[in-house]
Amino acid sequence: MGKTMYQKIWDSHLVHTGGDGGSIIYVDRQFVHEVTSPQAFEALREAGRKVHAPEKTLAVMDHNVPTTSRDIASTSAISRTQMEQLSKNCAEFGIRCLALEDEDQGVVHIVGPELGITQPGMVIVCGDSHTATHGAFGSLAFGIGTSEVEHVLATQTIQQKPSKTMLININGALAEGVTPKDVILYIIGLIGTAGATGYVIEYAGEAIRAMSMEGRMTVCNMSIEAGARGGMIAPDEKTFTYLQGRDSAPKGDNWVKAVTYWKTVASDKDASFDKVIDIKAQDIAPQVTWGTSPGQVAAVSDVIPSPKQFKDAVEQTAAANALRYMDLTPGTNISDIKIDIVFIGSCTNGRIEDLRAAATVIKGKKVAHGVQALIVPGSGRVKRLAEREGLDKVFLEAGCEWRYAGCSMCLAMNDDQLKPGQRCISTSNRNFEGRQGPGGRTHLASPEMAAAAAVTGHITDIRKFLKRGN
Amino acid sequence: MQPFKALTGIAAPLDRSNVDTDAIIPKQFLKKIERTGFGKHLFHEWRYLDYEGTKENPDFVLNKDPFRKAQILLARDNFGCGSSREHAPWALSDFGFRCVIAPSFADIFYSNCIKNGLLPVRLKPEEMDELFAVADFGASGLIAVDLENQVVGAAGKKFRFQIEPFNKECLLKGLDQVGWTLQYQDKIAAYEEKLMAEKPWLK
Repeated sequence: MGKTMYQKIWDSHLVHTGGDGGSIIYVDRQFVHEVTSPQAFEALREAGRKVHAPEKTLAVMDHNVPTTSRDIASTSAISRTQMEQLSKNCAEFGIRCLALEDEDQGVVHIVGPELGITQPGMVIVCGDSHTATHGAFGSLAFGIGTSEVEHVLATQTIQQKPSKTMLININGALAEGVTPKDVILYIIGLIGTAGATGYVIEYAGEAIRAMSMEGRMTVCNMSIEAGARGGMIAPDEKTFTYLQGRDSAPKGDNWVKAVTYWKTVASDKDASFDKVIDIKAQDIAPQVTWGTSPGQVAAVSDVIPSPKQFKDAVEQTAAANALRYMDLTPGTNISDIKIDIVFIGSCTNGRIEDLRAAATVIKGKKVAHGVQALIVPGSGRVKRLAEREGLDKVFLEAGCEWRYAGCSMCLAMNDDQLKPGQRCISTSNRNFEGRQGPGGRTHLASPEMAAAAAVTGHITDIRKFLKRGN
Repeated sequence: MQPFKALTGIAAPLDRSNVDTDAIIPKQFLKKIERTGFGKHLFHEWRYLDYEGTKENPDFVLNKDPFRKAQILLARDNFGCGSSREHAPWALSDFGFRCVIAPSFADIFYSNCIKNGLLPVRLKPEEMDELFAVADFGASGLIAVDLENQVVGAAGKKFRFQIEPFNKECLLKGLDQVGWTLQYQDKIAAYEEKLMAEKPWLK
């Protein structure tokens, strides 16, 4: 019997097998940010412990950085405290920190891959649930809590029990206008927000193979929204091409050795998974969430469902609560829903290809009257590249705002927040109540759909938008 | 970490599924650099009528007596989904909760509870229905949780629950998990030596 990619990575990282379930696995790289790390560093200090391998951790400020300026003084006092604390902690423990003013600063899950830190076969952790993004390279990457951040800092290992494995095949080619974001939203809608709890998902099939590395990152990014510990995709030539020459990618002899190893990481052909799901790529339409959980999602051409359509009392109550919060009525065409704000960015969709896709839709058009559109690049590098390509001008001429890199309105820890009752189409990953600002209403969608909505002022089927040549 | 052995207390019924960590502790309260003081912001948007948190929502369960003193929280499927923020169990503990009972939990939240002496108990949905019925009796509807024997008792009934042996040991002993791992320092060193030889690009 062959091994899954997950099993191979698990086996090669096992430091200690506990008969009682407390196994220790080695962590190749850790990312930390300012929100979930201060208590971890403080605990190290209290216990008089050191960081075991400071060179294996990279710190990035992202969650509450301002996006209108790079001046730390422009933020609230408490945001500033967290950022200053991260700088102080990193200096004390010898960890590299990409601070607000660093030209490579950005959202941690965008920065890691673009610096070439994320590589196949690794175990990668971060005190952030969207760490699964890095799994797109064929690594085992998952989010952890602050106590675990402390544990990894102190020992460069983590206590784990093995996860179950789930294989999701996306067979065939995606239809026009359907993006990696739609694929992952469709999967979450299909299996539910707890559908993969206890599992690590491996995504495979022609549609996944056909995706760029950036598209694959978008898919893996939202694995947590299906409840999965991690999501991963087998490395291939695209992975190696993406990595070659990046700052932290192996060089010279090490590159040759690394690629040889990386080619062994994929699941064996006869590997067996605990669960297999087959999806026809052609069944996937552009998706939009209508509720307050990412699983409350539908095709853009659908209508808002009635709570009665759901199978049990718990789901019916959840749907009724969601519709009340979202101020939506069953039977309404999703494409008739008017929006106030457009947010394009985040670790899900803040990479250069996302910005190019949005710019293509919006080029030569104007943002609808009364709509505010925020374009927030995922990193300093993404921002500079976009500016070299002239994308900033496309957005600015259309009436969008062009911001500095950060998590921004994905979780609204900085000043980029919805006001109560405002409705946003967002390329981010969560539509929870209040996620983008207290009382704010979120519809998750792809960058293309968000850009189209910016132009029309309502949720818009990108397929029709493209056909009309709007 | 405070050990968890057994507890008999008031259970607050939160009859919702997919309670996410943004609902448990909204992001505007994540900016502290300590682990304490999050309890007053627990379930902020449901618990208060105003953004500042000065006006209690009288309909929210934790604003009703005797649930202000609840030590056990009852909820539905997929409790603690969403972000990895450990502020969620910190807020629950700081409020006074020692145990959350639900049919299922999100992975990261579950391990965050274990690290903080907050016992997450998984019971079947139909068993949850019975506990919700008991909790409605408030102070006269106490629920008993016994970790050693892996049993929840209420209204004369007993419900067994499963927990991984290692997690159980951590909770019962209030184990310092970093300290536990550091007893295997030699194994970590040996692993790193092998890593340097076999995968030098990972240094």
